[in-house]
Amino acid sequence: MGFFFEVLIGGLLSGVLYSLVALGFVLIYKASGVFNFAQGAMVFFAALTFVGFMEVLPGWTGLEAGSRAVFWFAFVLSLGAMVVLGVLTERVVLRPLVNQPHITLFMATIGLTFLIEGIVQAIWGSHVRGLDLGITDEPIEWILDSADIIVSKFDVFAATLAGVLVASLALFFQYTKVGRALRAVADDHQAALSIGIPLQHIWAIVWSVAGFVALVAGLIWGARSGVQFALTFTALKALPVLILGGFTSVPGAIVGGLIIGASEKLAEVYLGPFVGGGIEGWFPYVLALLFLLVRPEGLFGEKHIDRV
Amino acid sequence: MLYREAGQFKASYEEDQQIFPIRQDRVGMAVLLAFFFLAVPMFASQYWLQAILIPVLIFSLAAIGLNILTGYAGQLSLGSAAFMAVGAFGAYNFMLRIDGMPFLLGIVLGGLSAALVGVAFGLPSLRIKGFYLAVATLAAQFFIVWALVKFPWFSNYSSSGVISAQEIQILGYAFTTPESKYLLTLAVVTVFALVAKNLVRSTTGRRWMAVRDMDVAAEVIGIRPMRAKLSAFAVSSFYCGVAGALYAYTYLGTVEPEGFNLDLSFKILFMIIIGGVGSILGSFLGAAFIVLLPILLNVVMHSTLGSAMPPGLGSNLELIIFGGLIIFFLIVEPHGLARLWQLGKDKLRLWPFPH
Repeated sequence: MGFFFEVLIGGLLSGVLYSLVALGFVLIYKASGVFNFAQGAMVFFAALTFVGFMEVLPGWTGLEAGSRAVFWFAFVLSLGAMVVLGVLTERVVLRPLVNQPHITLFMATIGLTFLIEGIVQAIWGSHVRGLDLGITDEPIEWILDSADIIVSKFDVFAATLAGVLVASLALFFQYTKVGRALRAVADDHQAALSIGIPLQHIWAIVWSVAGFVALVAGLIWGARSGVQFALTFTALKALPVLILGGFTSVPGAIVGGLIIGASEKLAEVYLGPFVGGGIEGWFPYVLALLFLLVRPEGLFGEKHIDRV
Repeated sequence: MLYREAGQFKASYEEDQQIFPIRQDRVGMAVLLAFFFLAVPMFASQYWLQAILIPVLIFSLAAIGLNILTGYAGQLSLGSAAFMAVGAFGAYNFMLRIDGMPFLLGIVLGGLSAALVGVAFGLPSLRIKGFYLAVATLAAQFFIVWALVKFPWFSNYSSSGVISAQEIQILGYAFTTPESKYLLTLAVVTVFALVAKNLVRSTTGRRWMAVRDMDVAAEVIGIRPMRAKLSAFAVSSFYCGVAGALYAYTYLGTVEPEGFNLDLSFKILFMIIIGGVGSILGSFLGAAFIVLLPILLNVVMHSTLGSAMPPGLGSNLELIIFGGLIIFFLIVEPHGLARLWQLGKDKLRLWPFPH
């Protein structure tokens, strides 16, 4: 039984990481109706930019390498880079494509994915880099002693960080003026425009916020598995989370992430041996697909009504 | 002046319904076919045949397949490479396990197995739409590749799932030289392109387009969405499957399941975006563009930078140019190269007198 819980908890915690990436998708989809396939590339961009700044900053500023100051300086600079990326995307890609079919916008973000991947690797190089956030990936001792379950310290830290991020985003959406405007735009573009909400500013803000989420996700994923090209595949991990939870729902992204994370690990451990293992790659998709057959709009997605 | 339909009257329904109603188009097509069937194999070098023309043809076929599903029936798919894999491995197994299996029949059977798998993965499309469906087709992409790696029966228990295509023989003639392989590929692709062109002009094709434009409205006027969508999935996967079989037999010779990855699916998707969504001609133009661009890029960079080129820059530049082009095309010409060709033809009708 202890082993079952160990797998379950490990799955839930890694599910939080999926939610983190899925969150970026949901933010953009809600506000602008764009299914942003480039979210994974943005995670990669953010992480690589951060690590890149960590490397070059000591040389530029004379700060001590690896110090706290360099960390925050690099963080702020990367955040700036993400904002610039968000604003540029809005300007160059989205604005000319306004009112195009959703599928066109989706394909444009696939193009954006390639563009971002190419640019960031051309700037910083494509070799694998390590990223140390100062938290070690080792089991928490008191849980190991009392319940005999291995729970990684790093996973708990990442989950807490994700929780804080989600909570603060929720507060931001609920209680600030910009947040209210964002919700209005998400609800109805035309109505929001007609009461004087500047749509394009809002879009730039949303892409920047998604960039911020990507930065956090990139740091955590990067610290976990090294900053490398494989980070872009986090988007592929987040997609089943999205369709399970519904594209338009923040709670859906969280709950979906937890379900996918837990069931993926459990399936790998308990079903995997029967079919030869390695099912982590597709199991989430099949699970989400089966789920969709019952509820085509996901757990919390808006019900879609067709009109002729 | 040369390209004008003046004086060409249609006196029967047959004449009204032909693929190329203008004489100049028919002549042009005949010249084009003669060029590719006769002149190219005589004069092209082995490199051109094997490394450029054969893949262009094969990818055109795959792009036609995806275009049928995405461009005509409106169901976005990100799993075309997986269906190519099914076709390749299907054809391989049919030829391996049945003695005396004719090559062309084996290819068609490979395509049919891809069609079966395609219908199975197309079933969700009856309830799921848009992005949800696009993500659902990713399930096909990952699952099929995984299954081909995990079950060694598919690759005849070879190590790491690599299969080596058998020698191609038709009526005792062995296709071993690049010229003969090229001609075989060209013949197959020509036939299937003709079938596709006629299919999309037929009742079936019109049903697909009606479902694409608005499936509820299509249902109201008596089109069964289930049949339309599933037939689109079947035909599309069949085309991808045949393309996959040719990919294994006439192009690469040895393939592994991992070769049919998501990147290849995206590549085929890019071909139809750049070539033109909902256009058979566009599939050819897009495939040629996507295959030639990296080669061209390589040549240009090597001649300008020479050995001074930093390692890795080439592949990154390729990513940047690909991504930029996709966005550029979607913004400037959402109907792709096929539309440019159409515009050019319209200009040509009036040339040299603009009025």
